[in-house]
Amino acid sequence: MTTLETTPETAVWTAVCRLDDLAPERGAAALLGAGQVALFRLLDGRVLAVQQHDPFSDAYVISRGIVGSRFVDDVEVPTVASPMYKQVFDLTTGRCLDVAGKTPARDLPPDLRTWPVRVRDGIVEVGS
Amino acid sequence: MNQHLVVVGGGMVAQRLVEALRDRDTAGTWRITVLAEEPRRPYDRVALTSYFSGRDADDLALGDPELWSDPLVTLVRDDAVTAIDRDAKTVTTAHGRTEHYDHLVLATGSSAWVPPIEGADLPGVFVYRTVDDVAELRGYVEKLSEDRVVKGAVLGGGLLGLEAAGALQAMGARTTVLQVGTHLMSTQVDLGGGEALRRLINQLGVGVRLNAMTTRIRAHRRGGVGRLELADGGRVDADVVVVAAGIRPRDELGRASGLAIGERGGIVVDDTCLTSDLDISAVGEVACIQGATIGLVAPGYAMAEITADRLLGGTSSFPGADTATKLKLSGVDVASFGDAFGETPGALEIVWADPVGGVYKKLVMSDDARTLLGGVLVGDASAYAGLRPMLGRELPGDPAAFLLPEGGGGAPELELPDDAAVCSCNNVSAGTIRGAVTEHGCTDLGAVKACTKAGTSCGSCLPLVKKLVTTELAAQGIEVSTALCEHFALSRAQLYDAVRVSGVSSFTQVIERFGTRADGRGCDICKPTVASILATTSPAHVLEGERATLQDTNDHVMANLQKDGSYSVVPRIAGGEVTPEGLIAIGEVAKDFGLYTKITGGQRIDMFGARIDQLPLIWQRLVDAGFESGHAYGKSLRTVKSCVGSTWCRFGVQDSVALAVMLELRYRGLRSPHKIKLGVSGCARECAEARGKDVGVIATDKGWNVYVGGNGGFTPRHAQLLAEDLDTETLVRTIDRFLLYYVRTADRLQRTAPWIEDVEGGLDGVRAVVMEDSLGIAADLDEQMAQHVVEYEDEWRATLDDPEKLRRFASFVNAPDTPDPSLAYVPERGQSRPATADERDDARPTPHHEPVLVAGTRLEVRS
Repeated sequence: MTTLETTPETAVWTAVCRLDDLAPERGAAALLGAGQVALFRLLDGRVLAVQQHDPFSDAYVISRGIVGSRFVDDVEVPTVASPMYKQVFDLTTGRCLDVAGKTPARDLPPDLRTWPVRVRDGIVEVGS
Repeated sequence: MNQHLVVVGGGMVAQRLVEALRDRDTAGTWRITVLAEEPRRPYDRVALTSYFSGRDADDLALGDPELWSDPLVTLVRDDAVTAIDRDAKTVTTAHGRTEHYDHLVLATGSSAWVPPIEGADLPGVFVYRTVDDVAELRGYVEKLSEDRVVKGAVLGGGLLGLEAAGALQAMGARTTVLQVGTHLMSTQVDLGGGEALRRLINQLGVGVRLNAMTTRIRAHRRGGVGRLELADGGRVDADVVVVAAGIRPRDELGRASGLAIGERGGIVVDDTCLTSDLDISAVGEVACIQGATIGLVAPGYAMAEITADRLLGGTSSFPGADTATKLKLSGVDVASFGDAFGETPGALEIVWADPVGGVYKKLVMSDDARTLLGGVLVGDASAYAGLRPMLGRELPGDPAAFLLPEGGGGAPELELPDDAAVCSCNNVSAGTIRGAVTEHGCTDLGAVKACTKAGTSCGSCLPLVKKLVTTELAAQGIEVSTALCEHFALSRAQLYDAVRVSGVSSFTQVIERFGTRADGRGCDICKPTVASILATTSPAHVLEGERATLQDTNDHVMANLQKDGSYSVVPRIAGGEVTPEGLIAIGEVAKDFGLYTKITGGQRIDMFGARIDQLPLIWQRLVDAGFESGHAYGKSLRTVKSCVGSTWCRFGVQDSVALAVMLELRYRGLRSPHKIKLGVSGCARECAEARGKDVGVIATDKGWNVYVGGNGGFTPRHAQLLAEDLDTETLVRTIDRFLLYYVRTADRLQRTAPWIEDVEGGLDGVRAVVMEDSLGIAADLDEQMAQHVVEYEDEWRATLDDPEKLRRFASFVNAPDTPDPSLAYVPERGQSRPATADERDDARPTPHHEPVLVAGTRLEVRS
């Protein structure tokens, strides 16, 4: 069992899938309550969750972006690029690192919401 | 109230005058009326010959067409001026129009001179001056070609005569040039150069007869011309004759209105281009300036600029003509500049000749061998762009070094002074080009061209402009980075070579060996690029192992992402040929899955609105019906469009559909820097619009012509002729090499047209590589394409056979069969389309809105 990330105030952990269901360095969408999250399994075993909704295209597509890394403030951070208009987001914080010359739809905030994720007994759980 | 400028003549110089005046006259002090005799807008007469190599008349358009919609500019076409009334200051036209002028510019140009030979008025005798001349000539030769090999003769071995001969030859006529003098291009090159030129012209299959004075043109008994009789008693059979014996200024209006006329014709002007009437200027070939008329466009442009400047109160004057010329004939490189004949007292001539290679080069230097006075370059004019601006300046080092073949002599780098003219067509100096970089922030060749107009007319100075720009950018400390992204310092072409030579086959290996940081994990720029490179260096399925992580969503799910997050599906319909059963199968799939259908520009059918979880179900049906992936999602071959060809068409000369199907099946799945489209037309009518494609093939009665570099998109381009009359085997080998050379060396997302511009030597450079194997890589390219053909597999069929690959098509990892609830559609014209944001909002009932129909992903529209 590995606990990779926990947040003290997390009240509810929802089991979403097995770690094996996630392909390394690709995303997958999951239903969480009435909403959608995008899960990303990195090469080092970490699993990160951000909103599936892309604020720039107003479509639910973030999980289908290309996973990569970017040097931000001397640190290599994992990233995802929206498959729609190629905005780049920091997967750990949800921060939009590159707006690619566009503004979000409907005055939405450019950054993505994130969720804490832990992996227990090979099961991926998302906190909310 | 503004003043009225009337311009008589609608040629290149008139166009330049209007352009220059409208550019600078920001206050609008002049309104301009151009009275043109030809029925079209000013066009690029210098490029007339290219009209033969398949270009449309429209391709010859000059400058920005917006110029003619300027409210201060009126262009009257198809109406010749017949009289000038200098007292009333009016001109009258053939159609009875009268225009009052405040200032009049005569830009009537020249006409072809036809010597008074008996028979010169026979049908089949042409001149070579306007688009209409060229079109008539082409029509005449094409008609004769229907039942025999046409024999052509060109009277005149000057610049225009040789271009006309090249054009006749390109149309399949066996052509002979008859030159009255001792050698070809005798105005520009000396005897030695003329001799080298004759050998080059012979190599093209064009005959040359020197000292050949034609005394009579005799009719054939069938009508039209048949034979030429020469002063020495010789005879030359000819079905068509082009007279290119010289030009005469169209100075008749000036004569009739009493303006001063030069001894050998032309309206006399001073250095400010004013005639003997100060309200009238003359510019271009009709002007007799500094005692002579000049039949070149660059001095004409200079006169147009001077006139525009003077009309606005400027003080510029004619500096003397730059008579540098370059022959625009494919395969024959000739340039002449400055004092080409060494007429300056004490001038020294340095000659380098290679009769075997057909090269003759001569520099004319001042008596101390330091200052460049002129030169002649035949067979290899690559030094022209660099040397011409050095006219009248000291050359560094031994001048002979500049004559040696490139790379062989170590000629010193020429540091051009700021005032050296680089582009003489548009009169752009080296300083102006440097200024575009330093002051106007231009960072590439395209921006500098747009900013300065350098290289936008004849283009012969482009290599030099590019060099100046690159040097200046480097001097500014602006690094012209070719790095792919922060993960790779290499360009795509460099990375391709590195990967190919090292044989690495995974992204992890590639970034470890060639990346900037070992712990970098790439990005949305380098990952798809590496995936594309690996696809041709070590072919594997797009979803194989680590490859799957590199793909853009389109390649990852093998469908095209649409704006709402759904996908579209395009099965391959090779050559646009599809059976009724195939159409029914596609129709049934679209109907059963509620997909919006549309015919694409590439002759196939696109089905929109498929959810990610539906893609395998849709494809199982399509594969069962015999379809395969159409790669509409990939940076790869898309389609080979074709017309119906000789099997059905009354006019077709070859089976274009069969060739298109064969080519599409050969290149399907070939991953490339950008999408690639091909087209095949079964005859010259070109119904497949093949010249808008990256590779366009057009049938001739002798084989296939292949054109390359046609693009639609943001910057549309017509494809240019790469090779003619190829048999099918040679054609396929040529396309194989062209495509793979592009795949190997183009930049990321660079389409073929800009890529060809970037290749050293442009289209000629590409031709050298693919037709003549100048890089010695042809065998390698052939082998690589053979491997591609053998290893091709349908990506969709392979995916359906592999449960592991199918897992990635789940809508949700925790609810694989639940449709994405965010997708919503509304009906429109009998099909469904994505709901707009407003429609989604309206669907939620509020006191003020009636709800509209918004359905989920199974909207039934054909009940």
